[in-house]
Amino acid sequence: MSKRVELKNHQQEIFNFRLRLFISIGFALLLLCTLLARFVYLQAVRHDYYQTLAEKNRISVVPIVPNRGLILDRNGVVLAHNFSGYTLEVTPSKVKNLQATIDDLATLVEIAPRDRKRFKKLLAESHDFETLMIRSRLSEKEVASFAAQQYRFPGVEIKARLFREYPYSDKTAHLLGYIGRINQTDVDRLEDNESSANYRGTDYIGKTGLEQYYENELHGTTGIEQVEVDSAGRAVRIISRSPPVSGNTLVLSIDAKLQEIAEQAFGAYRGALVAIDPSNGEILAFVSRPGYDPSLFVDGIDAESWKELNDSPDHPLNNRALRGQYPSGSTIKPFMALAGLFYNIRSPEQTISDPGYYTLSGSSHHYRDWKQGGHGSVDLFKSIVISCDTYYYGLAVEMGIDNIFEFLSRFGFGKKTGIDLEGETSGLLPSQEWKMKRFKQKWYAGDTVSVGIGQGYSLVTPLQLASATATLANGGIGFKPHLVREIKNSRTNELHKLENNPLIDMKLDPAHLDLVKRAMQAVTQPGGTAAQASAGAPYTIGGKTGTAQVVGIKQGEKYDASKIDERHRDHAWFISFAPVDKPRIAVVVLAENGGHGGGTAAPIARKVMDYYLLGKVPKPTEAAIPATTPAASDAPDIEAD
Amino acid sequence: MTRRQLWQRITQHLDLPLLAGMLMLMMVSLLTLYSASEHNFERVLAQGVNILVAFFCLWVVANLPLHYLMRTAVPIYVFGMALLIGVALFGEISHGARRWLNIGVATIQPSELMKIGVPLMMAWYFEKHEAALTYKNYAIAAVLLLLPVGLIARQPDLGTALLISASGFYVLFLAGLSWRIIGGMAVAGIASAPVLWSLMHDYQRHRIEMLFDPSQDALGKGYHTIQGMIAVGSGGIFGKGYLNGTQTHLDFLPERTTDFIFAVYSEEFGLIGNLILLGMYFFVIGRGFIITANASTYFTRLMAGSITLTFATYAFVNMGMVSGILPIVGVPLPMVSYGGTSMLTLLLGFGMLMSIQTHKKLVKS
Repeated sequence: MSKRVELKNHQQEIFNFRLRLFISIGFALLLLCTLLARFVYLQAVRHDYYQTLAEKNRISVVPIVPNRGLILDRNGVVLAHNFSGYTLEVTPSKVKNLQATIDDLATLVEIAPRDRKRFKKLLAESHDFETLMIRSRLSEKEVASFAAQQYRFPGVEIKARLFREYPYSDKTAHLLGYIGRINQTDVDRLEDNESSANYRGTDYIGKTGLEQYYENELHGTTGIEQVEVDSAGRAVRIISRSPPVSGNTLVLSIDAKLQEIAEQAFGAYRGALVAIDPSNGEILAFVSRPGYDPSLFVDGIDAESWKELNDSPDHPLNNRALRGQYPSGSTIKPFMALAGLFYNIRSPEQTISDPGYYTLSGSSHHYRDWKQGGHGSVDLFKSIVISCDTYYYGLAVEMGIDNIFEFLSRFGFGKKTGIDLEGETSGLLPSQEWKMKRFKQKWYAGDTVSVGIGQGYSLVTPLQLASATATLANGGIGFKPHLVREIKNSRTNELHKLENNPLIDMKLDPAHLDLVKRAMQAVTQPGGTAAQASAGAPYTIGGKTGTAQVVGIKQGEKYDASKIDERHRDHAWFISFAPVDKPRIAVVVLAENGGHGGGTAAPIARKVMDYYLLGKVPKPTEAAIPATTPAASDAPDIEAD
Repeated sequence: MTRRQLWQRITQHLDLPLLAGMLMLMMVSLLTLYSASEHNFERVLAQGVNILVAFFCLWVVANLPLHYLMRTAVPIYVFGMALLIGVALFGEISHGARRWLNIGVATIQPSELMKIGVPLMMAWYFEKHEAALTYKNYAIAAVLLLLPVGLIARQPDLGTALLISASGFYVLFLAGLSWRIIGGMAVAGIASAPVLWSLMHDYQRHRIEMLFDPSQDALGKGYHTIQGMIAVGSGGIFGKGYLNGTQTHLDFLPERTTDFIFAVYSEEFGLIGNLILLGMYFFVIGRGFIITANASTYFTRLMAGSITLTFATYAFVNMGMVSGILPIVGVPLPMVSYGGTSMLTLLLGFGMLMSIQTHKKLVKS
């Protein structure tokens, strides 16, 4: 019985499957018939219509590439512009023997080995039917001699193109970035933004810096030209034209002259400088040394130049101001002092006695002050002026890491500032939570000690420190640092000022602020750590020096600059603002391996302030500081840290 | 005698009618490719190599007895799922989507593997539970389908996700999913369309909008649709003649060698050529259904049916997209478009069809 049921089920099953199979066949037939119907409709019923369209397709739509927007400094000085020039271009798919053709061309126009290498690279990266540049910036004579011989070179043509030029070259490279040939990654991104139509015909796109960040503003809108083409695809007649709209002009808050002076002030030092207007967050100078020549990238960089830049021990491609992460050293002390006052851990009058070291209770480890024997009795004011380490060891431990983290992170430490550049790093403001996540360890009191003087885990970027200094200078009201001030619409010529509201109000007690600012002013006066660099200034400067250790020093050992390899010497910091009462500029300088802040970093800041506040241009002889002499040896100032 | 025996050994697991149909399509591929690539013989040769490599894999699969084939279902599926999860976690982003996995030596696209892995797994599952299929089994099979489809849709690669859903649905359908549920799914599908729409990425919405009015983005995405329709329509009854398509040779057609190769063919060979091409597809699909009808086990019936229906779907989607009745999704014309991966996936499926057809005979005799 049961066997019969199973058999019946089996038959039933086969029947069901057959039924479904027939339905499937019907479905497939339906699909094919739908297609057939569509083809009949398109190819028989509507053939005439599409035939006409195909004929009209002799009318080709040609994109007209818009002019890229200019970049100007705050005074209208041109930092990036376009100039027209001739290029020699090859379409590989239309050329029979590429190598022979190039050799042949070289007899007419100069084709350097660098051009050949670059062309080879382009060839590897692109499709055959694309038109590739082999030489840019042809001279009039070269254009003429090729034009006379053009018939010999099918698939080779001369084109007039716009080139991007950066008059300040390496001095603005880290700021402006550069444009480069659109590659596959760019194409993918454009497709995702649905903006690939607007890039038809465009060969270049912003790759880094402001050129990248403001690509949408700078690019403009591609125009369309309808051209009648003959059967070979050559344009015969222009039928209609909708003109392109040039990209918008960026007006920066940067002062080009100030930028130049700052660059030169570094001399041979590597490092970074950020100058900010504290009252609105506008960046006045943005320097990362060394720079590089951005024009190398515009035409597509050849492998050798790339290798040279990339392998250089100076790391010229690294944007130190934006991405460099360093221990803040003693420059954190004014902020720590404010925190101590804020949380009522220290009163202005309270003094500690500094024996030259600090010990945690229940431990014998000596956290040393930079000065052997100590500073004696130290109050908050003095602790900043002489940069007393012991004072901040104790302050940090009493305040606790949670409070330090909360207060400093409101100042922007450990966070991106949100500047209008891509690729910013966030530094590191350590916390209990961070340490647990990173090392799976709990936070020890010993970790807090070194945070108090800006060592240990904490890292800052020059931009971050500059932003925090500007916030301090502006009475605790901070702005998002930014480089672009206004955008000028290329069509209407209207200036659109970018929105700029205060980002944070620290709600600091004016009395606390005043105390810290006065102490920072004393730093630049006789007896302070940056007295020499500030001598003779007709305006008041508030400052703080700092050094960031590159290599650790063992317990009981002493740091001696002359004995240490140059690249292992401490980095020099100087944070500053002026004038103290109504700050108009905040300057932060980092000189890599510069030794002491007062000796190398502060003089650089001074030159920037002198120009910005007084219009004083440094004499060429004093423009540069020789990097060869260790700073410590010629700095008679009291040198802290 | 030995040569004859050797020949017989090589060909004994190949299905000649199916092979003939495939070879015809491949001839069309090489011929059209030569025109589409502007007489670029290297491109044709490269496609020839793709075909040869894929054929070798087809031959290997065709020679695998069915129980081996069944045994690969779970490992392939598990491996594919692991890769898909790997892609979701560590995949490389290209075209704004996370589809590729870098395994050191090469980057692979696991969703391609799942085009075979999913129906294989589902067919295997139904075979295992053939004796007493309940609603629960269908539900589990649906989960087996939806897991990878969900991951692929998230990449996002909606086109592939839909095609794999189709191949899985075919298995469910052939396995006897009740009409009531199918009807319910259809109603739910229509009802959820607005929700789907709101979940879609901008570019996906854009492509669908483009279908109804390609002219609103004549330089961008709509350009593809417009130029494809012009190419097909202007081909007329007899076509413009081989190598004479103006759309093709004046650079109006995008992606001529890959997704839009049908436009090239259709422009140059016209309605007559299209009838012949549809005939070839009809022949191959028909043979696939015959193999399905003759298949001896539950597993092979489901597998053969799903492979055949999926193949028909691919052909329909590609030609429908080029002729402007479906949105632009990146689906190549099966066995004709240039490309190694899709050729390989297709021929692996056809290898299974041949194995299903030829091993059954041996079992019987």
